[in-house]
Amino acid sequence: MTTTTRWRALTRHNLFWPVAVLVALLLVNIPFTPDFFAIHMTDGHLYGSLVSIVLFGSPLILVAVGMTLVIATGGIDLSVGAVVAITGALTCSYISDQKDQDALAGVLLAMGLGLLAAVVCGLWNGFLVARMGIQPIIATLIIMVAGRGVAQLITDGQIITINSEPYKLIGGGYWLTLPFSIFVVAAVVAVTVALTRRTALGLLVESVGGNAEASRLVGIRSMRIKIMVYVFCALCAGIAGLMISSNTSAADGNNAGLWIELDAILAVVIGGTSLLGGRFSIGGTVVGALVIQTLTTTIYTIGVPTQTNLVFKAAVVIVVCLLQSPKFRAKVFGARAKTTAPATPAAAPAEPAPKMEVS
Amino acid sequence: MLNRRNFLTAAIGVAAAGTLAACAKEDDSSSDSAGSGGGKKITLGFSQVGSESGWRTANSESVKSAAKEAGYTLKFSDAQQKQENQISAIRNYIAQKVDVIAFSPVVVTGWDAVLKEAKAAKIPVVLTDRSVETSDDSLYVTLVGSDFTDEGRRAAKILEKVIEKAGLKGNVKIAQLEGTTGAAPAIERAKGFKEVMDAEHKDDWKIVVSQTGDFTRAGGKQVMAAFLQSNPDINVLFAHNDDMAIGAIQSIEAAGKKPGKDILIVSIDGVKDGFVAMSEGKINAIVECNPLLGPQLMEVVKTVHDGGTVERWIKTKEGDFMQDQAKAALPTRKY
Repeated sequence: MTTTTRWRALTRHNLFWPVAVLVALLLVNIPFTPDFFAIHMTDGHLYGSLVSIVLFGSPLILVAVGMTLVIATGGIDLSVGAVVAITGALTCSYISDQKDQDALAGVLLAMGLGLLAAVVCGLWNGFLVARMGIQPIIATLIIMVAGRGVAQLITDGQIITINSEPYKLIGGGYWLTLPFSIFVVAAVVAVTVALTRRTALGLLVESVGGNAEASRLVGIRSMRIKIMVYVFCALCAGIAGLMISSNTSAADGNNAGLWIELDAILAVVIGGTSLLGGRFSIGGTVVGALVIQTLTTTIYTIGVPTQTNLVFKAAVVIVVCLLQSPKFRAKVFGARAKTTAPATPAAAPAEPAPKMEVS
Repeated sequence: MLNRRNFLTAAIGVAAAGTLAACAKEDDSSSDSAGSGGGKKITLGFSQVGSESGWRTANSESVKSAAKEAGYTLKFSDAQQKQENQISAIRNYIAQKVDVIAFSPVVVTGWDAVLKEAKAAKIPVVLTDRSVETSDDSLYVTLVGSDFTDEGRRAAKILEKVIEKAGLKGNVKIAQLEGTTGAAPAIERAKGFKEVMDAEHKDDWKIVVSQTGDFTRAGGKQVMAAFLQSNPDINVLFAHNDDMAIGAIQSIEAAGKKPGKDILIVSIDGVKDGFVAMSEGKINAIVECNPLLGPQLMEVVKTVHDGGTVERWIKTKEGDFMQDQAKAALPTRKY
C-alpha cells in the first residue's frame, strides 16, 4: 500500500514524465550502440555519447532556461536564434581582426561586445513588449527576421573562421576533463534557480504572468519585470551564441542558431511550463532540453533514414506531449487500471487532479 | 552629376569603338539606354539568388568582374532568396529591353509565365548554376552550371586514389554527411557517388552510416560525433561540402583520432577553408564545384547574342585536388 502511494506521488511529480521519457530515449540506444553509456578518457578528457549529448545540448539548455522565464510572464521570445547569430558574428569578427587571436584580453573584450549586443536586443524586445504593449510574438518577430540580416551584415555574408585557443574553451574546450560548457550551463542554471527560488523574484515573475494588471495594482512593477526577463533571455541566447560559434571556431550568420527558438519553446513545454504563463519549472526545462538533444543524437546513432528524420522526431514529441497531458493519462492508464483491478473501479480517473506546487 | 559622368564615359566608349573596358560603374543602371547608342555593347540583366554563402558571394563577384572585362553593361540584382523578387527583376529587364537575361533560379518551378514574356520580347534567357522545370524547353537557351551527379562520381573516383595512396587494406567503411535533405546538390551528389560505388566496389566499399548535416559546420560536427559512437570502425568520410567536413574534423579529433590518417576524408566544393584543412593534411581530397563561372557565362552570352547556337547544358570547368596540390592551389582560392 505504501509503495503504491509512493509510486503515485512519484508519478504525480511534475518532473516524472519528462525524466521517464529521457531515460527511455537513452535506453533505446543500447541495442544499436552497445557501449552507449561507456565513457573513456581520450586525450585527457572524458569522451562518450553522454558527454556529447551534454556538450551539444548546452546552447539549447541555456536558451531554453531564458525562454522559460519569458514564457512564465505569458510572453514568448522568437528572436533568440537571431541573437545567437548576432553574438557569434560580432564576437568572431572582432577576434578575427585582432593581430594576436590568442590574447586573452582581446577575446574577453570580444565576448563582452557580443553579450552587450545581446543585451541591447533584449532591451529592445522588452521595450516593445512592456512599454509599447506590442504582442510578444510580433515584437520579437522583428529581431527574428531582421537580426539574421544584421548578423550577415557583420560577417559580410561569409563564414568567419577564427583560430583562438582561449575562445575555443567556452564551447569546445575541456576543463577538469569535462566540456567547459557544462560548467557555464551549471553556473547559469544555479544562478537562475537561486534568484527565482531563493528570492521573491520568481514569485513576481509568476504573478506578472498570471495577471500583469492585478500585479501592477498590488504594487509590483510588472513592466520592469517584463523588460528584465527579455534581457535575461537575450543574455542567455548570447552566451549560447558564444558557445555555438566557439564550438566550431567559426561564425555563420546564416545558420548559427537557426530554428533554436522552436526547440527552446519545445523544451520549455516538455518541461511542464505552461505557455499561458504564471508557472514555471527551470528543472523541467533542463530535462526538456536534454530530451530534445538525446532525440537528435538517437536519430543519428540508430540510423533513421534522412528523409524520415523529422517524422521520427515529431512522433516522439507527440508521445511526450500526450504523456504530459493528465487528461490523456487518465483516459489510457485509468481505463487499464479499471480492467486489471475491477475491485477499485474508477479510482484513478475520479480523483481530482492534484494541485501542482510551484517548484 | 553622375549622369554626366556616365554620359562622358559612354561617349569615350563610343570613340574607342567600344573595345576598351572603360565602362561605367559596375551593377549600375547606367543611362546609356541599353547600348543602342553605344553600338555593339551588350547589356546583360542578371538576377542572383541571394548572398547566402561564401560560394554565392564568389559567384556574384565572378559574374560582375567577367562582365566588366568583357565590356558588357551589367544590370545586377539580388533576389534575397525570394522568387517574387526574381520574377519582378526579370520583368524589369524585359521592360528595359536588355539583350540577354541570365539568372540563378531560387526554386525549380513556377517560371513559365515570366519566361514566356521574355520569349515574346525575343530576349534569350540563360540559366546559371541551377536548372528549372518548364513545360516548354524553348523558354531558355542553355544552363551554365555544375553537374552535381558528376561531382559525386568524381568524389568516388578520387576516393579510389586516396585509398590507394594511404595504403588502406580491407573493407572500406564509409560515413556519408549529406547536404540539406531534398536539395538538388545533396540528392545528386549522393546518387553519383553510389553509382560508381555500386558499379566498381560492390564488395569492398560500404556506406555504413549516412545522415544530413545541413551543409553546415555545426551540423557536420554533431552528426560525426554520433557516427563515431555508433560506428567506431568508420575509416572513410564522404562529405557533400567542405564546411561539414571541417566540422566533422573537429569531432574526429575530439575522439582522439587523426583526420586524414585514421579516417580518410573526401569532400566537395573547394572553399578556401577546405583547402586550408587539406594543406594541413586533414582532408585527403576535394572535388571542386566552381562558382567562378562568370567568364564562361560571358562567352555564352556573346554567342547567344550573335545568334549562334550553344549546347543545352554548359558544364562549369572544374578540377579535382589531392593533398599534394593543396599548398600550391591555396593562394588561388578566391572564396
